[in-house]
Amino acid sequence: MIHPYEAVIGLECHAQLLTKSKLFCSCSTKFGDPPNANTCPVCLGLPGALPVLNRVAVTMAVKAAIGLNCTINPESQWARKNYFYPDLPKGYQISQYDRPLGHHGFIEIKLEGKQKRIGVQRVHMEEDAGKSLHEGFPDSNRSTYLDFNRSGVPLIEIVSDPDIRSSAQAYDYLARLKQILEYLDVCDGNMDEGSLRCDANVSVRKFGDQKLGTRTELKNINSFRFVQKAIDYEVHRQIEVIESGGQVVQETRLWNSVEERTVSMRSKEEAHDYRYFPDPDLPLLVVDSEWIKTIQRSMPELPESRRERFEKEYALSEYDAGVLTTTRALADFFEETAKLSGHAKTAANWIMGDLLRFYKDNNVDLKDLSGSRVTPRMLAGMISLVDKGTISGKIAKTVMEEMYKSGKDPLQIIEEKGLLQISNTAEIEKIVNQVLEENPKPVEQYRLGKTGNFGFFVGQVMKATGGRANPQTVNEILKKRLAG
Amino acid sequence: MNLRNITADKLVALYQNRDLTASEVITSVYDDIERTDKEVHAFLSNCRERALEEARRMDTRIAAGEPLEPLAGVPVAIKDNMTIRDMTTTCGSRILENYVPPYTATAVERLRGAGAIVVGKTNCDEFAMGSSTENSGFFVTRNPHNLDRVPGGSSGGSAASVASGTSLIALGSDTGGSIRTPAAFCGVVGIKPTYGRVSRYGLVAFASSLDQIGPIAKSVRECAQALEVISGFDHFDSTSADTAVPEFVKNLDQPIKGIRIGIPKEYFVAGLDAEVRTKIEAGMRIYEDLGCELHEISLPHTEYAIATYYLIATAEASSNLARYDGVRYGLREAADSSLQEMYRRTRHHGFGQEVKRRILLGTYALSAGYYDAYYLKALKVRTLILRDFQKAFEQVDIILAPTSPTVAFKIGEKTGDPLSMYLSDIFTITQPLAGIPAISVPCGKNSENLPIGLQLMANHFQEGLLLGVAHHFEKAGGFVV
Repeated sequence: MIHPYEAVIGLECHAQLLTKSKLFCSCSTKFGDPPNANTCPVCLGLPGALPVLNRVAVTMAVKAAIGLNCTINPESQWARKNYFYPDLPKGYQISQYDRPLGHHGFIEIKLEGKQKRIGVQRVHMEEDAGKSLHEGFPDSNRSTYLDFNRSGVPLIEIVSDPDIRSSAQAYDYLARLKQILEYLDVCDGNMDEGSLRCDANVSVRKFGDQKLGTRTELKNINSFRFVQKAIDYEVHRQIEVIESGGQVVQETRLWNSVEERTVSMRSKEEAHDYRYFPDPDLPLLVVDSEWIKTIQRSMPELPESRRERFEKEYALSEYDAGVLTTTRALADFFEETAKLSGHAKTAANWIMGDLLRFYKDNNVDLKDLSGSRVTPRMLAGMISLVDKGTISGKIAKTVMEEMYKSGKDPLQIIEEKGLLQISNTAEIEKIVNQVLEENPKPVEQYRLGKTGNFGFFVGQVMKATGGRANPQTVNEILKKRLAG
Repeated sequence: MNLRNITADKLVALYQNRDLTASEVITSVYDDIERTDKEVHAFLSNCRERALEEARRMDTRIAAGEPLEPLAGVPVAIKDNMTIRDMTTTCGSRILENYVPPYTATAVERLRGAGAIVVGKTNCDEFAMGSSTENSGFFVTRNPHNLDRVPGGSSGGSAASVASGTSLIALGSDTGGSIRTPAAFCGVVGIKPTYGRVSRYGLVAFASSLDQIGPIAKSVRECAQALEVISGFDHFDSTSADTAVPEFVKNLDQPIKGIRIGIPKEYFVAGLDAEVRTKIEAGMRIYEDLGCELHEISLPHTEYAIATYYLIATAEASSNLARYDGVRYGLREAADSSLQEMYRRTRHHGFGQEVKRRILLGTYALSAGYYDAYYLKALKVRTLILRDFQKAFEQVDIILAPTSPTVAFKIGEKTGDPLSMYLSDIFTITQPLAGIPAISVPCGKNSENLPIGLQLMANHFQEGLLLGVAHHFEKAGGFVV
């Protein structure tokens, strides 16, 4: 039987902008400082303090909105979202409501070869709240501690249209969103530290229905894996409710990652009335076309178009281009190596094979390769050494490993370790003679027509030269000598 | 030495001539506070040690012949809704009874920078919500002209301090008349500047789009001097105007002959006390004698002002006062059961009746389903009120009206009837809604010897003109110290 239901999913993501200071004061945004070290009257919401907008945060938010193909509102408005919570120092959060910074954008996802456009309803700016610490203190059974270091840190909220139809699509949407934000250098995309957070609105309906089903909002799904699991769980739960004759209740549900299920948090009736209204402390946020142009000029090439260009310009497969554009740093690394060496495909192979394995084994963050001991210049140097026959491909693997360990130049490694390729015919002949003398039986078999053991002789010569003999020369001499 | 008989400019001249020391003056201020404030109750707190220390330092500078700032050694009082580092800032509320802020308001900082010495912080209606200072969470301030009467509000302590001679200049804040009404009731001068003229940084917010700090003093000249000092762009207030501040004091005597003065007919209606009306009309004749032209004008949306004001101001207040939740500072009432219970008990005990009334009103106006009908509609009417003024200022330079429909009323007279209290603000709420500057100057007394205030309004950032016109009036009318 064909599954008669389809899921309708929208994601609301919060991304922390990579500014040095907070959205409305000059306090540092540094993660991990002692509690309440980075606070002032403004981000503590002390009486009489007023917000002053951080223009750098706006620039980053505009960058993100452009990167997500949004239209930028020339005038957007700050609004207060009112609710009581101990870690919300003013009793309201400064956000944007009916006039967001950006709107009507999209993200292209691709699954099983099929391209799909997911609408981005809006991108708006807001300040983060502080953090409630419920655990880890001697009196945690009766006290909650508050850390306001995060209070006032700039966020953007990215709200998708309900265009997502499966948890896999949701995963891909999120992955691409993260990638775009990272490329733009506006968010580090770290879900563990909470710099990228995600809520999902989920409903189901029968295939062909135009009307949307009743939705639930899923919170606390702060990892890629959980996004997929929570959505899958919720979709099944809703289908079961409907199939057993019940109705889905509009509510907010919390993902419990230990029990791997969603649980009701609050019903629609208990939902907050946030009483949004324009914040009288802040003028309209004006982003004029001059500013937008300046920002556009500073935009890097985004992953989607870079991937396409790599396929065309460097004749890479879709898969290879995808891997090499995972992060901006990796794509830069590849492109520089390709240009310096003039061998794009070879560069791609070395990076995707050996280098990425080294990085993975050593937990290197591919977003920042500035500390990589292997540089594009070194890798390109090595490729051209192979190209010129200075070293063999096999030796190159050793050189690569050594470059990664020591950060030494390939030429230096070759010299220090005596890895220069032996192309000298006389020298190789000497070794070949020796190998043939030492292995009379195989020689005899070969000469009797069992030429399949040719590889054995090559191996012996290579062994004797530490792999340094030029394989072509070895082949030629061996054939000649074995022929008698 | 009694401050009631001297103005700030004359005091600075006496220092300059070494006829007087700041220490003598500040010492006598505290003697006067001790003597008179037992009855007036203008002050919530004072800072005698620090003020005397500042006076001694000032005297050393005077003795050394250093050039003096315009307000050098001038004793000033600050309404207790402005922060001063290391001094309690209560806003007249129990919920902030012991709150000590870690920073100083920009306006206070600038006054100090001009040499002024803060002597204490003055009583006000709780969070500046009221017209009589009876809503203070601590005690009622009395009118120095008649102790059975209110001093007006909400900056009642500031006006009463100036009127009783315990400070020369006092800062107040005006959201719907809170500087001008007490100035009128106490027989002193008070100006509410253009919205954005003075930084609100450090002014504890009541209604952010309306609040504005301004000076209260016995003369227009002193107000002009103080305003000149505290005005101007402040990086820490995004709503402060990046507009040049003219030399208000220097331009006070600019001729006003030919100035067109509008008399709004909507302000001369039933409810305006007959004696107040007589004095205001006498004031008009003074301007005619000074060569000004009087024109009747209309501000047709005045009748919607009260409703508009009490929706916008309370909506903003409901949000501004959300931070007083007992979590981080100020009063916290113990609660065993839950966080919600702690919130409820803290806000129940910490806030007074009027504050709670306004929070409820504002919360309602912003609620889902009511926002469009109340808050949004009020914003639209606010625009209409602004347009009334814009049209009027195409025809006239200044608008003249009473400050209050009555003289100071009796203590307790209106506390049982919030609506009649709200209506007493009828002439002072359209100006903050429009953001224009307005000043109240004394224009005589009624038969019971209670002061009457005449109000003048000007277009945005026309404080220079406004102060000049007021200055000529107090000279011509003989309303000078």
